[in-house]
Amino acid sequence: MKKRNWNLRIGCCITGVLVLMIIVGIFWTPYEPNAMSSADKQMAPCLAHLFGTDQFGRDIFSRVLEGGRTSLFIAVCTVAIGAGVGIVVGSLTGYFGGWLDEVLMRLNDSVAAFPSILLALVCVSVFGSGKYKIILTLGILFIPSFARIVRGEFVKERNRDYVENAKIMGAGPFRILFAHILPNVKTVLMSSMAIGFNNAVLAEASMSYLSMGVQPPDASLGRMLSESQSALFTTPWYAICTGTFLVLLILGISLVGQGLQEREDL
Amino acid sequence: MKYFTKKFVTLIITLFVVSLLAFLAFQVISGDPAAIKLGTNATPEQLAALRHEMGLDRPILVQYFDWLKNFLFGDMGTSYSYSMSVKSMLAPKLPITITLTLMAFLMIVVVAIPLGIWQGKHAGEPADVAAGMVGQVVMSFPPFFLGMIFTLVFGLIFKLFVQGQFVNYTESVSGFLQYLFFPALAIALPKIAMTAKMLRSSVVQELRKDYVRTALSRGRKFSSVLFVHVLRNALIPVVTFLAMTIADIAAGSIIIEQVFSIPGIGRLLLASILNRDFPVVLAIVVMLAFLVVFVNFLVDVLYQFIDPRIKVS
Repeated sequence: MKKRNWNLRIGCCITGVLVLMIIVGIFWTPYEPNAMSSADKQMAPCLAHLFGTDQFGRDIFSRVLEGGRTSLFIAVCTVAIGAGVGIVVGSLTGYFGGWLDEVLMRLNDSVAAFPSILLALVCVSVFGSGKYKIILTLGILFIPSFARIVRGEFVKERNRDYVENAKIMGAGPFRILFAHILPNVKTVLMSSMAIGFNNAVLAEASMSYLSMGVQPPDASLGRMLSESQSALFTTPWYAICTGTFLVLLILGISLVGQGLQEREDL
Repeated sequence: MKYFTKKFVTLIITLFVVSLLAFLAFQVISGDPAAIKLGTNATPEQLAALRHEMGLDRPILVQYFDWLKNFLFGDMGTSYSYSMSVKSMLAPKLPITITLTLMAFLMIVVVAIPLGIWQGKHAGEPADVAAGMVGQVVMSFPPFFLGMIFTLVFGLIFKLFVQGQFVNYTESVSGFLQYLFFPALAIALPKIAMTAKMLRSSVVQELRKDYVRTALSRGRKFSSVLFVHVLRNALIPVVTFLAMTIADIAAGSIIIEQVFSIPGIGRLLLASILNRDFPVVLAIVVMLAFLVVFVNFLVDVLYQFIDPRIKVS
């Protein structure tokens, strides 16, 4: 009997629901995310306000949708930059080797050894913060890890028979790299993209929590958590709902990543 | 010995490169330190005078070697904002962050290794599956959110500690350790789940190997095979992971210190970034970088003892 891949299923369900909520949130939220209402201050979760309201009477559910959108956008862009450049660098160095490979891998090793949050803080202190600077900073910081993974896979694949065959058929290196080898390493790539996505969400949330990330008026889950901390006792649902949304986003994607890996191992 | 020498040379080169990069990043890209110090109302003459006084009109490499020499002898420069030596600002805060990091690390090792072995031994049983699920959820928690939950549950509801009322080690060592317990736990918990998961899969993989079957067929007890043979092999990848974790914990404490209002290195780093007080930022970043590089070196050396097959390649 074929074993069911529960990780992939549950992961897809969680991620799907959250992403759907965020997409709907782009066009419609129950309330205006920044509208304050003195009549509805500090309301516990109820039917009118699913996640309750904060100390200014703002609807937390609407704010979570908006914050989730920013976090998702930043994470997707970061992974796109990191994976895009990482694939090109990793495939070229892995396939051709040589001194460039040596230099890049040594550089990689030194960058990869540092906690990404520390590097991100250094970059922010030098270049400044804001949504697009965060994307660029995190994106560049994520290039080495992708390049390293892609390189490893290309080194493994480059001496396989099908590559030899393609060479004999007269395929150029560009075609071999991206039309023949790349499709064969896509599972590894996708699960590392899932990990990268989570690291991006986490890094952005942490930086925004430290008020070094996304700046007002942009909402972000990390900044909302830092706002909610001062009212932890009076409106605990603010922190709990926002944080749970963040946890589910990370959990969903990491389950998808693991599920993909399991599917490969079967 | 050859292996050790090679690793040691790599260590020195890496430290050199890392410190040079950090120095360039903060001295060159961050703008003119004299302008930062004097503010916007400074006249060009004042700026030139201060630049000369701070030695900023010399070639950049001369400045770097000067800074490096001072740094190695313990002089980390002077803070822009407080006009006091960086060393005297760091000294009282360093023990706090080091204690926090060590506490978290200790929790990880003490909980994750037995848990991982137990899970590996009972792989596939309901208890292992349940533990795996819990671990998966715990792993998804950002440490700072865990810190907030701990503050709410243990601080505000059960009143086990008062958030913000930090007890320094100079006042009471037990109170100090007590206050650091929950912050350390917040950093450690996700890492415990990751380490246990890693060790579990490592143990499961090793248990499938031929030498285990051979040892068992010769009549060795399962537990002795597990602890004598399997664990030795299974721990190798975990040791690397744990070593990398030390740097992660140190970086994680930057955030956790903010959650629990602990006056450690992390809070100083954040405050200095916001004030653009670059000598302090530079000193902290280079110190953390040295820690990372040094721990990696230690792991490489340790490897020789755990796994003698690793030689100079």
